[in-house]
Amino acid sequence: MRNLRWSRPTIVLAVLVALALVSIVCFMTLGARGSWSFIIPFRGRKLIGLILVAYSVAISTVLFQTVTNNRILTPSIMGFDALYILLQTSIVFFLGPQMLALINPYAQFGIEVALMIAFSWLLFQWLFLREGRSLHLLVLVGIVFGIFFRSLSNFMQRFLDPNAFQVLQDSFFASFSSIDPTLLGVASLLVGLVSLLLWRMGHSFDVLSLGRETAINLGVDYKRTVVIILASVAVLVSVSTALVGPITFFGLLVASLAHGLIGNSKHRYILPAAVLLGIIALVGGQTLFERLFAFDTALSIIVEFLGGFVFIILILRGAAR
Amino acid sequence: MIITSGLKKYYGDTAVVDDVTVELPACGITSIIGPNGAGKSTMLSMVSRLLGMDAGSVTVDGLDVSKTPSDVLARRLSILRQDNHMTARLTVQDLVAFGRYPHSKGRLTIEDKEHIDRSIAYLNLDEFRNRFLDELSGGQRQRAFVAMVLCQDTDYVLLDEPLNNLDMKHAMGMMKLMRRACRELGKTVVLVLHDINFASWYSDYIIAMKNGKVVRHGDKNAIINPEALKEIYEMDINVHEIGGHRVSLFYD
Repeated sequence: MRNLRWSRPTIVLAVLVALALVSIVCFMTLGARGSWSFIIPFRGRKLIGLILVAYSVAISTVLFQTVTNNRILTPSIMGFDALYILLQTSIVFFLGPQMLALINPYAQFGIEVALMIAFSWLLFQWLFLREGRSLHLLVLVGIVFGIFFRSLSNFMQRFLDPNAFQVLQDSFFASFSSIDPTLLGVASLLVGLVSLLLWRMGHSFDVLSLGRETAINLGVDYKRTVVIILASVAVLVSVSTALVGPITFFGLLVASLAHGLIGNSKHRYILPAAVLLGIIALVGGQTLFERLFAFDTALSIIVEFLGGFVFIILILRGAAR
Repeated sequence: MIITSGLKKYYGDTAVVDDVTVELPACGITSIIGPNGAGKSTMLSMVSRLLGMDAGSVTVDGLDVSKTPSDVLARRLSILRQDNHMTARLTVQDLVAFGRYPHSKGRLTIEDKEHIDRSIAYLNLDEFRNRFLDELSGGQRQRAFVAMVLCQDTDYVLLDEPLNNLDMKHAMGMMKLMRRACRELGKTVVLVLHDINFASWYSDYIIAMKNGKVVRHGDKNAIINPEALKEIYEMDINVHEIGGHRVSLFYD
């Protein structure tokens, strides 16, 4: 402990950086046959997509947990990504699949992101502004919201004609091998902007994790900070859901692992650790499945399985306390 | 000086704090006493902007609490509530260092580090400084939080039932510490207390609340007497004078 340079968090981060780099190199080079001028852009696009998803999911989950001051809730458990699916379904349902083809994908994405931000703001008004909401109520409301959004989407999908349904279906299953390339540019831009915004208020994250009252005591403009963070979370969830579809427990998995490995709660360690773990899981896992097992969509199943497992453990541990 | 005027808070139709207009004098220890549900903690929360008020206003040295930027207030007034639930895993030293956040926004200077060391020493936490909070007993954790608030180095220190979880030795130590902070550093300490003997022994000024209203306030001897205590607590309390201090006996 005396030598701060090689404290536990630093070692953990160094190991994670090494593993992430190895995963990236393997992903780009293993089993490469043919010309590099094809392979590099082809795999590079996928790689950027995976990294964007890992980054968005990790940052949004860690910050959401900081704001809500608990380790079980994540944006996806609160129904954020279910809402995104609902928005997409509504567009096809009310405007028709032709509309979807007609409107600019950027405009569509923009509208969806804006609606997501509006929803997170409403959620904030409803759940956090009134003092003394219990955590159990929050979880329950979140799960009910999630189910409601999912059922509503399902209901609308029943009414769609098969062609329209086909158009939509791509976005329903989390698939890390078929990332939508049209949105990579705008997604990177959004993630960059959000990161810049969050970076500038980074010093308040640790204070927020002390809880609302202590944060206010220490002079954090609580409402403003929390609104900005939740809006950023909404943007990041939109990006990851737009790119690969809904993944419920992935964020919980990387956030819990990051907290466990780092051992303290300082965001300057937790945030990079969560992002690196996300990259290792997605890029490394995808390499493993594509090259070794020649499977395709299995990664999302494994990730969800492990994440769900962590969720159950956390619930049981929380109940035991 | 902290001045509240017409302060009100409703939960549903019930007024928890009902039209409280009171001045809390600067310098010295002011205790807020009263039976359960009198609105003591609610009032303290509104004074410290943790809770919005339904009517009225609070000023601290002339600054309106609901209009002044939070970080300006954080350098003048600190508050510690009774239950500090948090998920963050921190060492005692990390927690105390947060007390410097209003001054340095997370970048600790040498001066900040001196403040941190001093606060840790004040509360006898040296041997625990690298322990994680979840490895401490309730009383030790309580002291760590008080150290954080002291480290914040504000003129006004508001504590909601700071003696909870503390044994006699540490409860007395805490009150002596507060008295020392008032005398040596000229701080104003406002406490919610349940033990009227602690209030009697250590405070300079007492505010008594009941059913959301301030029923009595004044010098401690104006409150610690059988007649006033009967009105506040609705029970007979004997008051004896021992060594110049008034001690209440309410055991039956």
